[in-house]
Amino acid sequence: MKVLVSVKRVVDYNVRIQVKSDGSGVVTDGVKFSMNPFDEIAMEEAVRLREKGKVTEIVAVTIGGAKNEETLRSALAFGADRAIHIKEEGEVQPLTAAKAFAAVLKKEGAQLFLCGKQAIDDDANQTGQMVASLLDIAQATFASKVEVDGSKAQITREIDAGLETLEVDLPAVVSVDLRLNEPRYLKLPDIMKAKKKPIETIGLGDVGVAVEAGTKTVKVAPPPARAKGVMVKTVDELVSALKAKGLV
Amino acid sequence: MDFSLTPDQQNIRDTILKHCQQFSPEYWLQHDHDGVFPQEFFRSMVEGGWLGMAMPSEYGGSGLGITEAAVMMQAVAESGAGMSGASSIHIPVFSVQPVVLFGNEQQKKRILPRVVGGEDRVCFAVTEPNAGLNTTEIKTRAEKREGGYLVNGEKIWISTAQVSNKMLLLARTTPLEQVKKKTEGLSLFYTDLDRAKVEVRLIHKMGRHAVDSNMLFINDLFVPEEDRIGEEGQGFKILLHGLNPERVLVAAEAIGIGRAAIFRAARYARERIVFGRPIGMNQGIQHPLAKCWAQLEAANLMVMKAATLFDKGQECGVEANTGKYLAGEFAFEACHTAMLTLGGMGYAQEYHIERLLREVLIPRTAPVSPHMILNFLAEKVLELPKSY
Ligand SMILES: Cc1cc2nc3c(=O)[nH]c(=O)nc-3n(C[C@H](O)[C@H](O)[C@H](O)COP(=O)(O)OP(=O)(O)OC[C@H]3O[C@@H](n4cnc5c(N)ncnc54)[C@H](O)[C@@H]3O)c2cc1C
Repeated sequence: MKVLVSVKRVVDYNVRIQVKSDGSGVVTDGVKFSMNPFDEIAMEEAVRLREKGKVTEIVAVTIGGAKNEETLRSALAFGADRAIHIKEEGEVQPLTAAKAFAAVLKKEGAQLFLCGKQAIDDDANQTGQMVASLLDIAQATFASKVEVDGSKAQITREIDAGLETLEVDLPAVVSVDLRLNEPRYLKLPDIMKAKKKPIETIGLGDVGVAVEAGTKTVKVAPPPARAKGVMVKTVDELVSALKAKGLV
Repeated sequence: MDFSLTPDQQNIRDTILKHCQQFSPEYWLQHDHDGVFPQEFFRSMVEGGWLGMAMPSEYGGSGLGITEAAVMMQAVAESGAGMSGASSIHIPVFSVQPVVLFGNEQQKKRILPRVVGGEDRVCFAVTEPNAGLNTTEIKTRAEKREGGYLVNGEKIWISTAQVSNKMLLLARTTPLEQVKKKTEGLSLFYTDLDRAKVEVRLIHKMGRHAVDSNMLFINDLFVPEEDRIGEEGQGFKILLHGLNPERVLVAAEAIGIGRAAIFRAARYARERIVFGRPIGMNQGIQHPLAKCWAQLEAANLMVMKAATLFDKGQECGVEANTGKYLAGEFAFEACHTAMLTLGGMGYAQEYHIERLLREVLIPRTAPVSPHMILNFLAEKVLELPKSY
């Protein structure tokens, strides 16, 4: 069985995000980028499925500029067999990405599309769901456990009430949540091997997709700075202060 | 001229920084406190294949250069592991290079995969109490016997000997009186650290307690012929090949420690409120930290220049020494400045700065002292008369 895993290049989660002074976006110059942490979990799951003998080929796919090659090299170091780089320097919104992934998924004949539940840059949480809709195949989101058995997969999801287990027919889209697994630490020999693995570079046009901008970013603003607190001496004082603010 | 890391080098840096997040500052503090070798960290680096970075691929390595090794060692130190982390892997990553360069095929096959795989643990025994920095005057003797040599002598400062089963050993095979040049008549061996013949005595030192340093008393240790690396009498020349890259690595480690200290201090200065504002709002706090950052980055350029020259096979003695000198001095200043930034808390172990300050004194003084570097630069660059 073949698995397709999407990997996005995002500002590293350790970076202290700064908003551009004109409010047009966040500062990305000189900022560290890395693979979206949820996509790392998806990659890890794909590799574990292969280690269990459920998966025979892992293909990683990304959409983005030249620098995205680094993200693909990481995916290859994780264990992807080959990678597809859909080159696009401009902004790519979830629907465009979903159309491109759907086209690749179909062309590759992959049985499973694994993706992060969201990318930590825009937190859109849309792409996986739209891929499933576009292809009219099953989807299971926010997976905390994935089991593949022949032509079906069992997916456990964490929901408010507890754990829910879904069974989906393959091919299917599975978006992964934080607690699915802990991605492995990359090994130097695997990083070296990744350099020799093939990356196919194509354009959005090659998969029949045009860049669409369904939404427009009007303004990006930093969260308001925390207001200075007030020190209270007694519990009574605290209660009356909260009452005065209408909070209790 | 290109002053930036290649994407591959950047990837090594990022991957190592991430890898090292498994080992918290508290882990290193605990090991410093208990004086126990960081086996978990060491094993993780073995399993990640990182020890073989600069080893040829035929022997289980990845065949990368000193630049990549420097990037890795710097990231290890910078992660908060300091010299405790860096020194725990320094010897397998680097010090066994004489075997790579001068060992015969049989020796390489026998030795290197076991070092890369962490099965054999090696210490590097050169320094002696009665010779100090004047290595050609070491007193340890290896006398020719049937099928090998009989070794007697004393070594000092030998790091990791407590946890090693092998040693790289420099000893005199031809007495000083019988050689034309002082640099001749020394030989290098890679042999068993046989505790029946070698007494290993721990030195109580200022910092880096997790990685031991020791006195070695060698008494009638028989070393077989096949354990000699390179030709007899050529040991000093062999070691010379390693001097510059070793300076590069140690300098890179120092810079890593300096960065760790000032970024910790900057974070504290943003958060610590005194007189109604963050202490970091005061220029008296900001400027010394900014100055230290600038100094460290300038030193790093020199270190990386030396590394790049070395990997291109070019002469890099001046650059490697200059880089080591600047890194040692500036990293020390950075740790000291960081400590002052934290005020009283800088002196408390749980803030990790005092540990870095204690550790940064190692790359400041070893493997070569700032004095000897300035001697070298005065003589080689400024053409002043040799002073010693
Ligand atoms: C923590 C630690 C770990 C070490 N690990 C190892 C190891 O694993 N293996 C190993 O072989 N060695 C090791 N060393 C030894 C180290 O590499 C140095 O070579 C050693 O400390 C220097 O020798 P010494 O202390 O006898 O100094 P000395 O040679 O006695 O020098 C003492 C002082 O005099 C100065 N001085 C001497 N001559 C001159 C001169 N002509 N001009 C100006 N100043 C001069 C020096 O700069 C120095 O400040 C280690 C050292 C330390 C501190």
